Amino acid sequence: MKPIIRLSGLSKVYLQEGAPFQALDQVSLEVLPGEIFGVIGLSGAGKSTLVRCVNLLESPDAGIVEVEGQDLTRLSPAQLRLARRKISMIFQGFHLLMQRTCLENVQFPLELEKVPSSKARKRALELLELVGLADKANAYPARLSGGQKQRVAIARALATQPRVLLCDEATSALDPTTTTAILELLQDINRRLGVTVVIITHQMEVIERICTRVAILDQGRVAEQGAVAEIFRNPKTDAARRLVYPAGVPAELPQENPVIRLSFDGGAAYQPIVSSLALECGVKANILAADLRPLEGKTFGTMLLELPDDPAARKKALSYLTAQPHLTCEEVKPHA
Amino acid sequence: MLELFTVDFWNQYGLLLLKETGSTLIMTGLSALAAYLLGLPLGVLLVTSGSRGVAPHKVLHAIVDWAVNIGRSIPFMILMCTITGFTRLLVGTHIGVRGAIVPLVLSAAPFIARMVESSLREVDAGVIEAALSMGASPWQIVKKVYLPEALPSLTLGGSTSVVTILAYTTIAGAIGAGGLGDLALRYGYYRNVPPMALFTVVLIILLVQLIQTVFGRLSIKIDKRLR
Ligand SMILES: Nc1ncnc2c1ncn2[C@@H]1O[C@H](COP(=O)(O)OP(=O)(O)O)[C@@H](O)[C@H]1O
Ligand SMILES: [Mg+2]
Repeated sequence: MKPIIRLSGLSKVYLQEGAPFQALDQVSLEVLPGEIFGVIGLSGAGKSTLVRCVNLLESPDAGIVEVEGQDLTRLSPAQLRLARRKISMIFQGFHLLMQRTCLENVQFPLELEKVPSSKARKRALELLELVGLADKANAYPARLSGGQKQRVAIARALATQPRVLLCDEATSALDPTTTTAILELLQDINRRLGVTVVIITHQMEVIERICTRVAILDQGRVAEQGAVAEIFRNPKTDAARRLVYPAGVPAELPQENPVIRLSFDGGAAYQPIVSSLALECGVKANILAADLRPLEGKTFGTMLLELPDDPAARKKALSYLTAQPHLTCEEVKPHA
Repeated sequence: MLELFTVDFWNQYGLLLLKETGSTLIMTGLSALAAYLLGLPLGVLLVTSGSRGVAPHKVLHAIVDWAVNIGRSIPFMILMCTITGFTRLLVGTHIGVRGAIVPLVLSAAPFIARMVESSLREVDAGVIEAALSMGASPWQIVKKVYLPEALPSLTLGGSTSVVTILAYTTIAGAIGAGGLGDLALRYGYYRNVPPMALFTVVLIILLVQLIQTVFGRLSIKIDKRLR
């Protein structure tokens, strides 16, 4: 399938008090039509810079930004404005026009396109209906809750029938219940309207809830990208591990004893693996870190176990664990 | 001061007071209108042509910035006296209400440009960014985002501008522009009729209060963030 968004070799350097700061370093990624693609990273990783490059709110110093096969960096200002109408964006801070009603906010992008006002009004009402806020059409944003404001922003973003919806920390200012509702709305929009969604977040839960694929951004570089389930099961880079284990991997692994990592790749149910190790092999393992989570009804996650410093016991444990279904097991070298 | 409460006083000065109050109002109103026609676009340019504006333009920004600063640094009295030739060229006379309007506008416009600039800068940068992301042109952003979103603040700024112009008109009175400032000077100083001086001052205070209240209330009334 041809990607709907193709970023290739994107770099961006900011001047911070005169000193150059590399916010994006050779970032390349592809988003497929109709998918929900996640970009996750810690604060300051360059996520906002990256997503703002997709509609050229930020112009990269190097690299290609292609949306639907069109290289946006080569467009004239007027052509770029036209292209932006098919790439909508929502934000953490909603950014609604405070002096306009909700309805007028949703009409705004249509006014920019000079759609006749009666037609724009009709479409705006339909969209408010879609996001479940038809009753707030004539209310001003100041009167709405955060979740309601984001719904208006989503309706506004959909007004021009975009092909892509960029969401920059769209749920980061919301409480967990509202976050769930907004994520469900985004998923619904993705399914019903076929809009490709790009989700920028620092919250792993957001990625696991609705994204199909994810890129992990770390200090301006893509550390890892791939299917969400794959990266959860086996994070390869430090950056990915930091995100997958929010509780934190112990910085210093014990030097003397061997440590293994177990990856649960979606077994039907969680296996009480540590107690079965003790019961069936007589090996006492110590849990150093664990982060297990249900995903699409299965258990994914990773666990770090410290084994006794006894070669026989270690061998026994490894052969037992290797024989388990839905479980991979590897020895971890202690930190150098 | 008790003369203020006599019929004689009002018979003698009532009509004059009414006429000069009218002159002041006309001078202030017309000057404010014209000064906004000049100052509002300048204020908009200051914001949009800046390095972080929606239509950055270094040279244009530098020119407007300098012109506004120069305009702001010339005291009204000096401006009024030095541009009489220009004023005559423009409106045919440099005295009276008509002659006063030219220096009033030239003095107030740079001031208004700065007031407008600061009001527009209060508009949330995120909202501007959202409009850009929707493909709004710089002109659409000015018309549909900056001005409507800043309207309550612009209105409040309007009271400061109008009061400033009102204060200038009283100075303009010194070169025969008429109005309340002229009255205060003529009767209070040259002819020594203290009640007249007092009364004109009271009138000016009342006008300032009125302007401030009307604009202040209006600003609150139109601000949709407050409901
Ligand atoms: N306009 C700017 N000028 C200078 N530095 C910036 C600018 N925008 C972002 N940065 C820097 O780039 C880095 C990445 O920022 P950002 O993309 O906002 O990160 P994220 O969204 O992942 O938190 C940060 O260190 C930030 O300070
Ligand atoms: Mg960010």
